Amino acid sequence: MPETSNVVRVSGVTKSFTLGKIEVQALKGVDLEIARGEYLSIMGPSGSGKSTLFNMIGGLDKPSSGKVFIDEVDIAQLDAYELAWLRCRKIGYIFQTFNIIQVMTALENVTLPMVFAGMNSDATVKKGLRLLEQVGLADRHSHKPFELSGGQQQRVAIARALANDPAIILADEPTGNLDLTTGEEIISLLKRLSQEHRVTVISATHDIKMLNVSDRVVWIRDGRIDKIENREELSISIGKIRVRD
Amino acid sequence: MAQERIFSDYPQKTARGNRLVVLPFGTSLEIAFKSIKVRFFRVLITTLSLVLAVSFLSFVDVSNDIANGMLASGDPDLRQSLVRAGYDLGPQDVNVASTPKQRWIIILSLLVCVVGIVNAQLMAVTERFREIGTMKCLGALDRFVLRLFLLEAGMQGMVGAACGAIAGTLFALAGALARFGAEAVQQVGLTDLAVSFAWATATGVVLSLLGVLYPAWVAARMQPVEAMRVEQ
Repeated sequence: MPETSNVVRVSGVTKSFTLGKIEVQALKGVDLEIARGEYLSIMGPSGSGKSTLFNMIGGLDKPSSGKVFIDEVDIAQLDAYELAWLRCRKIGYIFQTFNIIQVMTALENVTLPMVFAGMNSDATVKKGLRLLEQVGLADRHSHKPFELSGGQQQRVAIARALANDPAIILADEPTGNLDLTTGEEIISLLKRLSQEHRVTVISATHDIKMLNVSDRVVWIRDGRIDKIENREELSISIGKIRVRD
Repeated sequence: MAQERIFSDYPQKTARGNRLVVLPFGTSLEIAFKSIKVRFFRVLITTLSLVLAVSFLSFVDVSNDIANGMLASGDPDLRQSLVRAGYDLGPQDVNVASTPKQRWIIILSLLVCVVGIVNAQLMAVTERFREIGTMKCLGALDRFVLRLFLLEAGMQGMVGAACGAIAGTLFALAGALARFGAEAVQQVGLTDLAVSFAWATATGVVLSLLGVLYPAWVAARMQPVEAMRVEQ
């Protein structure tokens, strides 16, 4: 991995929620640096604080203490417009539940972020079709979400995430609602596109298949980083993960 | 703030600083229209209470228009039939106004209608949390969401209120035809009818917008992280 500046830097982040009268600390001080162009997986059991950390990185949630920097800009300092701009132009989101907007066709879903970004409609359609072609759905552009399978919907979501040429793609359990084969297809598609478009991919997952393509894996346990492993250190045997000694 | 690479093409803050993310009015209109189309049955039920309330309003209004038309004709027979029909007319009266009781019932029915709209729209917002959250993740501002909801409510209100006003007018005309005969109905001023129609429609649109205000505000303030929530 070439030495580049960090696209995301998390420094001493804690987050606590109050559930009723009990205060729960979801994150207990996390430091993490993510390099440009990296494919990073955040792994951990549910309730480990994985999603919380993930939301912080995406600017969807604010830490109780500590700071999250995107390209060395503290995102807590951004106002609503700047945050919207950041989400629109620089971050692409992929969700476990696909979150394709039901009332719009595949193409309209892909072009929506470009409309927000102020592109004119001819350009958005042209680029939207090209992106759909890249994810293998060129002939499905006029289909509504309910006419598409889960895997196809996730492909639309990937095309949508790439719409404004973001620097970072955040994928929250992208294969969580997909079967094994479709999940694998989505993962390899994501990997291929991330290399073609040179984006940093950060995904929260507990899908072992993701490890194959990840440059680094961050294991979260109980609100802390348990360990960070590079791909070379990982060895994957049938359905099991074992760390080489 | 160190601004490099990602933020390097960040537009400088100017008077137009809040135009960083845009949603053209035409596109909002299109999205709002499609939302209505997809949830047509749902929208129909929401709008039905508005149709009923507005048709009642317009019925009372148009009935008074007809009575006024009959009085204005100066025909003593028509005046007599009005009195027989229960209109409280003094010998000098030249027009009929709605009675306080009528006004109360109208106000009440409109109030119930607004409460119904608020209820239905709050449900709709809850149903669409994920959609709204997704849009926000794609960079939508609070005001885009607000505008979408207001546009939808405006369109619903316009169509619903117009239908209600037409229904009310037709009922009033049919009622008058049955009670006073064709000659009486012919006396009604077309301007009066048009004014009543416009008044009822405008009231309906205002009510629809009033009813969606709070739900739309709730939707607009929603945090994008809601889109991530897994529960269906």
